[in-house]
Amino acid sequence: MATCKYDWPPEGQRGLIGKSIDRLDGPEKSSGRAKYTYDTNPPGRLIAKILQCPHAHAKIKSLDISPAQKLPGVKAVLVIKDAGSEIQWAGDEIAVVAAVNEEIAEDAVRQIKVEYEPLPHFVREDDLEKAQAAGRTKDGGEAKQGDPDKAFQDPDAVVSEGFYGLPVITHCCLESHGSVAHWTDAKTLKTWTSTQNVSGGPGQFGQGLRLKNVQVDDNNIETVCQYIGGGFGSKFSPDSWGIEAAQLAKMAGAPVRLMLDRDAELKMAGARPSAYARVRVAAKKDGTLTAWDSESWGTGGMGPAGHPPLPYVLEFPNSHWKHTEVLTNIGGARAWRAPNHPQACLITMAAIDDLAAKLEMDPIELLLKNVNLAPPVLRKAYTDELHVAAQLADWKKNWHPRGDKTPGHIKRGMGVSLHTWGGRGHNSECNVIIRPDGSVTVRLGSQDLGTGTRTVIGITAAETLGLPLEAVKVEIGDSKYPPSGASGGSTTVGGVSNSVRRGSVDARDELFAAVAPSLGVQPTDLEARDGKIQSKSDPSKSLTWKQACAKLGVKTIQTTGKNPGPCHLGDSGVGGVQIADVSVDTETGQVKLNRIIAAQDCGLIIDMKTAESQVYGAMIMGVCYALFEQKVMDETLGIMLNPNMEFYKLATIGDFGEFVVHMMTGPGYDERGVIGLGEPPVISPGAAISNAVANAIGVRVPTLPLTPDKVLAALEKGAMA
Amino acid sequence: MRRKKDRPRKAGPEKSALTRRDFLKGAGVTVSGGILVGSTVASAAPPGPESGFVGPGAVPITLRINGKTHKLNLEPRVTLLDALRDHLDLTGAKKVCDRATCGACTVMLDHKPVYACTVLAIEAQGHDVTTIEGLAQDGKLSPVMAAFVKHDAQQCGFCTPGFVIACTAYLEREHNPTLDDIVKNLGGNICRCGTYWGVRHAVLEAAGVKGGA
Repeated sequence: MATCKYDWPPEGQRGLIGKSIDRLDGPEKSSGRAKYTYDTNPPGRLIAKILQCPHAHAKIKSLDISPAQKLPGVKAVLVIKDAGSEIQWAGDEIAVVAAVNEEIAEDAVRQIKVEYEPLPHFVREDDLEKAQAAGRTKDGGEAKQGDPDKAFQDPDAVVSEGFYGLPVITHCCLESHGSVAHWTDAKTLKTWTSTQNVSGGPGQFGQGLRLKNVQVDDNNIETVCQYIGGGFGSKFSPDSWGIEAAQLAKMAGAPVRLMLDRDAELKMAGARPSAYARVRVAAKKDGTLTAWDSESWGTGGMGPAGHPPLPYVLEFPNSHWKHTEVLTNIGGARAWRAPNHPQACLITMAAIDDLAAKLEMDPIELLLKNVNLAPPVLRKAYTDELHVAAQLADWKKNWHPRGDKTPGHIKRGMGVSLHTWGGRGHNSECNVIIRPDGSVTVRLGSQDLGTGTRTVIGITAAETLGLPLEAVKVEIGDSKYPPSGASGGSTTVGGVSNSVRRGSVDARDELFAAVAPSLGVQPTDLEARDGKIQSKSDPSKSLTWKQACAKLGVKTIQTTGKNPGPCHLGDSGVGGVQIADVSVDTETGQVKLNRIIAAQDCGLIIDMKTAESQVYGAMIMGVCYALFEQKVMDETLGIMLNPNMEFYKLATIGDFGEFVVHMMTGPGYDERGVIGLGEPPVISPGAAISNAVANAIGVRVPTLPLTPDKVLAALEKGAMA
Repeated sequence: MRRKKDRPRKAGPEKSALTRRDFLKGAGVTVSGGILVGSTVASAAPPGPESGFVGPGAVPITLRINGKTHKLNLEPRVTLLDALRDHLDLTGAKKVCDRATCGACTVMLDHKPVYACTVLAIEAQGHDVTTIEGLAQDGKLSPVMAAFVKHDAQQCGFCTPGFVIACTAYLEREHNPTLDDIVKNLGGNICRCGTYWGVRHAVLEAAGVKGGA
């Protein structure tokens, strides 16, 4: 096979890549030394607090900030929505105060006087007819393929109909959104921002500030984010409150920290759109899928939320989908880990699972039979993964047709789901620097969301330069470094590993050229391994890394690696299969998750440890939205009832049984190069768990989360049917 | 009784939900916006005015944190968490829920894990406060921290210091826990990235290390 100079080293020649390696910043985090935006305390920093609108829909009649301004210790008050403004959801920002400490800032917020004229609101998300009657709907798209009407009317077709859905959930980042803004002189702004987009920060701050008539050049803005306490798709920009922090800092002449309080975080800092659907799905008696028809709707507040890609993964020969956006007075939607995929996955995989039950077929057999409806590049992966997951779950032995017939009130069941994601590496530039003393620095304006970005950068450079991981200094999290893409859509690992590979190969080759004459060999005969630069044909001709670098004299090597670029280092498109095993108490309605098995591909894996962690973590996030999470809105008041962590339910350490993760590696996977992994494993848990519950109790619980009340209601309805 | 500090929030028609401070202040220790120096406030507290009340303005507060004494001047309503983070730059304990739910602010008070967001700084006087910064002596990771690294029990890391403290305090009283014991006793710390799988293994490992030591 032809090789290309940046190609990843083949199996057998990889020292670090693919091994299970501790994350580089693990010690900083576990010891509490890691400094997040929220932890940044420049001297004299003020603390800012936001006044939120208590009404779901209202007009501001009057607003008086003067009582707040008079309070001792208050340094600046900024009106965000002035009299006459219309507010579209409870929690939106009205004004913001900067004061010398948290207590005074809170006191001052309470002193601001606002008169509102409440307006009619609508927050119901799951009832399409109600939304239509309220005039709160908007066309969300429609498409047709083949002749679904004819396919459904085929006398040989077995048709299953169902209703499925998931409510709005929030991101609930543990580090709330926010920034610390510091004008180091009249023209120069330094911001520490909890962001998934470090390199984009200066442009975003500059544009936002100029819109507010604060003149500043982008090149006088620096954005720093060394550590971020969760983002999950909700932190791509500094947001209005980031700009406000900089405005307040300018007004007050002192650094300002503006981090959202927990309730604000849950009300205003982003939500995953809901999705509900009435579905018809048809197959031949042998299980061959023939037709899909769905009418879906969902809400992302008053703005657009996109639509779930239905039917998911499998391209039916005959299909029709129609989507409606429901406009509600809730905070706007944001990308939530794998935008619209968990929704599409639940709706599709639950419908197919119900059809399999009607056909009295094993759902894994049905999926295997229809794997040719998946995109060609993924058919092998799905086939492998269905077999691997089934084997790990001992599916043939443990699975039973729908409805656990064993006596007693604890019913056990298993469910399966599959998912996909793109994950091609984003644009990335890096500098690789080798100094005459042998020290190596890799520098790029990327960020580590906790996925292990620092670690994969370090591994890639160390592998390429034949050095131990600790010999490479990784510098990220600052917009002054070469620009690297925002971390979203599982694009980071591909982007940064590919740019760092190219930059490191070029740096290594420059070093080879510098030392080849002294070894009396051609540069092309040299290799870097085990901390040495040596001749491939005669390993006795060798220099230690330090000796080799000393040959640089006073010259420092600095290369720029880019992605995209030459040679096939990465790809797009992964599969993934998950099997859930649950026990349901039919007396209490409680669902206990015994086990989830995941078989996941993502091309070439750089660090097995952090890759597996992504899957474990995603499965736990999946357990959260499958069993517990929901942004609960009060229809009468239009407010969120659970903007806190007592009642916005997340899983804790005991809320699941066992996880089994199997990463697909080797031929068929490695040669695809690096592909992102953050999103895919979070997509299937909702569907797999819902299917497992249906398998256990014999009836479908139509919507997530699968709370005891809904389980009992489904059982009651099933018993009456 | 009129509470000067509270008047504006009573007058405000747009009063938001009960805040943590309202709760703390209403929990029986507050009179006239000040704090009754009584049984809930350690006896080592500096003497207040003859009336037995301190505040509502700033008062001298002495805290012993990680073996070092810190003298501060804080309003009695300042929480231990805010005192640590905003006044002493000890930012290992994180502010997340600010309502004693998530455990990200966990510190030890005389070896007992507490949520620092729900302890007033003035109440912490006379106690030994141990924060995450006090567990990594001379930059060396504690056995629990090392186990967290080894088992990758952290992703974004924001819940991690609180979790490490909770696990450390737990292992100080339980030397040989089973997995079942661990999940029953460490349910007071919430992680959003989903690192619990690693945490379970880290605690088992750290217990083994301690048991063997």
